[in-house]
Amino acid sequence: MSNTASSSPAMRTVTATSRIGDIRAFAGFGSLSFACLVFLYAPIVFLAAYSFNDGRSVSRWSGFSLRWYATVFGNENIQTAALNSVIIAVIAATASTLLALGAATATVHRRASGGGAAYAVLTFPLMVPEIVTAVASLVFFVAVGISLGFTTILLAHIVFCIPFAYLPIKARLEGLDPSLPAAAADLYASPAKAFARITLPLLVPGLLSGWLLAFIISLDDFIITALVAGPGATTLPLHIYGMLRLGMTPEVNAISTLMLGASTVLVLVSAMIGRVGQKH
Amino acid sequence: MSVRQLSFSSRISPRLTDLGLLGPAIAVILVFMVAPMAIMFVYSFLEAAPYGGVEWRFTTDAYTSILFERDFLDDSLTFTPDYLVVLARSVFQAGIATLLCLVISVPTAYYIATRPERQKNIWLVLITIPYWVNLLIRTIALLFVLRGDGPINAVLMNLGFISEPLPLSYNGFAVCLGLIYSFLPFMVLPLYSAFERFDFRLLEAAYDLYASRRTAFLRIVLPVMRPGLIAGSLLVFIPSIGSYLAPDILGGGKTLMIGNLIGTQFQSARNWPFGAALSMILLTLTLLVLLWLARRAGQQTSDCR
Repeated sequence: MSNTASSSPAMRTVTATSRIGDIRAFAGFGSLSFACLVFLYAPIVFLAAYSFNDGRSVSRWSGFSLRWYATVFGNENIQTAALNSVIIAVIAATASTLLALGAATATVHRRASGGGAAYAVLTFPLMVPEIVTAVASLVFFVAVGISLGFTTILLAHIVFCIPFAYLPIKARLEGLDPSLPAAAADLYASPAKAFARITLPLLVPGLLSGWLLAFIISLDDFIITALVAGPGATTLPLHIYGMLRLGMTPEVNAISTLMLGASTVLVLVSAMIGRVGQKH
Repeated sequence: MSVRQLSFSSRISPRLTDLGLLGPAIAVILVFMVAPMAIMFVYSFLEAAPYGGVEWRFTTDAYTSILFERDFLDDSLTFTPDYLVVLARSVFQAGIATLLCLVISVPTAYYIATRPERQKNIWLVLITIPYWVNLLIRTIALLFVLRGDGPINAVLMNLGFISEPLPLSYNGFAVCLGLIYSFLPFMVLPLYSAFERFDFRLLEAAYDLYASRRTAFLRIVLPVMRPGLIAGSLLVFIPSIGSYLAPDILGGGKTLMIGNLIGTQFQSARNWPFGAALSMILLTLTLLVLLWLARRAGQQTSDCR
């Protein structure tokens, strides 16, 4: 017994390893993890694969074709909806990033008073079930007399994008060395100048990934948009939902695949920016 | 330090600057998020106008109509469990989905956390992508594979295991699977970060003391990651209970959950106060779960100190 206690940590690892192999491994965890990935990806892959199916049938493969993409690109309603989606997402992401940038600058590395309360308010949109946000926004817009349409979609999107833009910017700011702006101040830079010349350039990765996440969230939203859209305005998810009501068609597969591709690319770009930011 | 602070306090007071920076974001959320909730609360105590909207007369009808049906002739109340069933179904489906996500995620997150650095990053990206991919599209994708003439049934029938397509879609099973499919990454990621911080020397110590693999996992690994378990469960349960798309698309309208019931009140049914009352119940339920879990997490950390 005393022998075990006095042996070096390396020795102990060896004894443990010889008894049960890699001490961290548990049988079956690996295959379960792969099953988990298959579960997450198989439906998406099937959906995408059948968008290239030549036939009308969604169950029988009858050769490769891009005809459903041609149909989708030729459809004017889809073009309008996609354009709306992009315009809304760009404006919502930009506005929410600017708001979040201000909020993050004020809350990180500054006087702590009210910081907790500010955080609670800024992340409040994440706490509320989406359907409740959706109907509450509808009721609000009707109550204050803003007619439902493009404006209401935009306003609602800016609000729920704020936490998504705020969190990466806040994380990036927290990782910054607070002595950098202090050094600038020592060299007689005004706070505004120190911010513009020192903090802001260092914040760029956080700002970009915040903007991208807000953009994706806005582009993807269905429920809130569906309730505040009113009869006139439409976005791509609303249009796809409408198409689905008429049945599962290869066009649904094609347009879904396009959206899948867009989100995946944006997520990867955002992740890459985040990693580049970390390396600095 | 004092020199620095002196140079910082320029013409505009920093406090005022902070207010100017923080103010707009806070104001936007207060006006467009908190104020609407307050309006909903008020509306839930008003009478429904016939074509949507409200009549400004105080009543608790919206809340009583969740449990009781008012007779048109003699104004008497009869107990109707219809809406209570929807509420119970929501809690049940969300609960089962959370539990199953937990069962799937614990081994997965653990496995990822014990990979070498490079593999770990690839796994994380693979788990994160679905989290950001359009929820509507993912739900449609799941419907696509579960359909009667979808690939699962096609394969099973071609192999001769079944002669009739299995009823995989448009039922409670599909809804539950949809919830798991939608929110699984929310469970894996917090569990992963809990495992990531795990000190594997603890496991070594357990083995040295002749713990079996099972005992070591249940008694050492699981308790340490309780905060991750709590965070993950919360992140799955909350969006699940108010889920709209999964029951709507995969349930085919037969397995309504509270989110759909709320949506309907503002769309076709046009009973705003009733919808507002249901929203208040869902919001309260959500906030209670959040509070309860936050308190438990708080106790846990104070126990550790």
